Amino acid sequence: MRIIGRKSKVIGFGTVGILTVTGLVFLFPVYALVLAAFRPGQELMRFGITLSTLIPEGLSTENILGLFTARKGAYGFWLRNSIVIMALRTGLSVFFSAFVGYGLGMYEFKGRSFFLSLVLFLMVVPIQILILPLYRMIIGLRLINTVWGVILPFVVYPFAIFFFRQYAVTLPRAFLDAGRIDGVSEIGIFFRIMMPLMIPAFGAMIILVSLQSWNDFLWPLIVMRTEKMFTIPIGLNSLLTPYGNNYDMLLSGAFVATVPIIIVFLLFQRFFISGLSAGSIKG
Amino acid sequence: MTLFTDSRKRAPYIFVFPFILSFLIFFLYPVISTLVMSFQEIVPGQVRFIGGTNYKRLLNPQFFTAVKNSLTYMFWTIVVLIPIPMILAVLLNSIPGKKSYLLRGMLFIPALMSVVVVGTIFRLLFASSDMALVNRFVRLFGGEPQAWLLAGSWKSMFLLVLIATWRWTGINIVYFLSGLQQIPQELYEAAEIDGAGPVQKFFRITIPLLKPTTVFVTAISIFGGLAMFEESYILWSAGSPDNSGLTIVRYIYRRGFEAADMGFGSAVGIALLFLVLLISFTFLKITGFFKQERV
Repeated sequence: MRIIGRKSKVIGFGTVGILTVTGLVFLFPVYALVLAAFRPGQELMRFGITLSTLIPEGLSTENILGLFTARKGAYGFWLRNSIVIMALRTGLSVFFSAFVGYGLGMYEFKGRSFFLSLVLFLMVVPIQILILPLYRMIIGLRLINTVWGVILPFVVYPFAIFFFRQYAVTLPRAFLDAGRIDGVSEIGIFFRIMMPLMIPAFGAMIILVSLQSWNDFLWPLIVMRTEKMFTIPIGLNSLLTPYGNNYDMLLSGAFVATVPIIIVFLLFQRFFISGLSAGSIKG
Repeated sequence: MTLFTDSRKRAPYIFVFPFILSFLIFFLYPVISTLVMSFQEIVPGQVRFIGGTNYKRLLNPQFFTAVKNSLTYMFWTIVVLIPIPMILAVLLNSIPGKKSYLLRGMLFIPALMSVVVVGTIFRLLFASSDMALVNRFVRLFGGEPQAWLLAGSWKSMFLLVLIATWRWTGINIVYFLSGLQQIPQELYEAAEIDGAGPVQKFFRITIPLLKPTTVFVTAISIFGGLAMFEESYILWSAGSPDNSGLTIVRYIYRRGFEAADMGFGSAVGIALLFLVLLISFTFLKITGFFKQERV
């Protein structure tokens, strides 16, 4: 018995060792970015990340301090746009997806399985094929280069609908009947009784959708045409020129856009994870 | 009383209404519109029907390169991003909670980062100077320093798959971990009593019972792989050497926006739609994904 115990302890150490090494390898590029944000961009542009740039020495806060004044304060605009889009898109998208998902999960009605199949179907169709017609539509609606142009096509989000539906199926039906007896309307039951019960689901989806919005690339790249309307990823992308004259701003901007997200993640890791595992199948 | 039951009957449709509306406006209409556009020649201020000409134009080397690259990328992401995360998830599952959470977090952090930031870091790590980190390692092992981004051929695909591995391993681990939690512990205990070792348990219990998760992760890898655009755009904004990083969506973007040839771009889009539906539905049919999904 003792021998088995010792053996499993050795295996345990080995496992932790392998995982720690893998984890450090995965964190390494982040470490490289953080240090790069505190170095002159020109040098990095010419030589790339070298062994000497990986030693935390000779760092300067110049880039970070200059971030908001470079290019007539463009980064401030990008940050504002990213935050506005993230807040609106997350709020609307999570609310409407919860609304629909609840309806699909709570009620038996004609057409339910059709709608559910449609939601699942939309989850597997790559939305990228629609960029050309959506672009024309957004121009037609005069929403090009606006925050709403970025947000509207994605307000109802199939993945989130499916997630809320799965959650709603588990909600106690007795509350629905109790609400009805008290004379609360069906919509009222959703707002006053069921929404509070779905708070964990809201937490997971708010985090997931904000993250997606914050890092979204292709669609804002198409919709936002002027520098003042760029989001952070689009703005940073515009700095990725072959001449490298903007690397100071690029690297410090990347640092500022990334580190807060990592901190939020570490605080709410549980919600991130549950949001993600939502998509996988319950056996 | 009738009014009462009526509102109850109507209620689900009120709940589903936003979805119907959004589906009609932002999916069905664009799909039909892209289908129509694919039979048109669209130049500013002028639209005319040209029959199947755009589809005939698909038969060109660039389109085939794009399809080949998307399929290759999809293939490699599946080959790499199923076994590695699965093994890491099994290892993570075998160690106590606190350590496990910390390590999961470390592996998950790349998924939080914008593709622009990721592209920037990898550009700098794989810079073409002799001093740059990756070339430094290559020299250490006696190899020739490379201009990784400019060299084309397999090096472009290698970079794309490497970035995908870095970004998505943590996410796939999460999927596999939630799959592992649903395997009844008693099965392992019973196997131990029968004298099964860790390797046997992995192959005889873990892998078969993880099948639903594996199917799901493969499915999202298929969709993600075929729809890839951003990584290629970030690494080669002006176009990759010999089109080694050209993907289908990149081709839609290039023809539709950069060359303002929306009719042809739409034909590429329709081709991609068919490709995705063909591959994914064949796959889902074989594995019975849809049956499991409908709980």
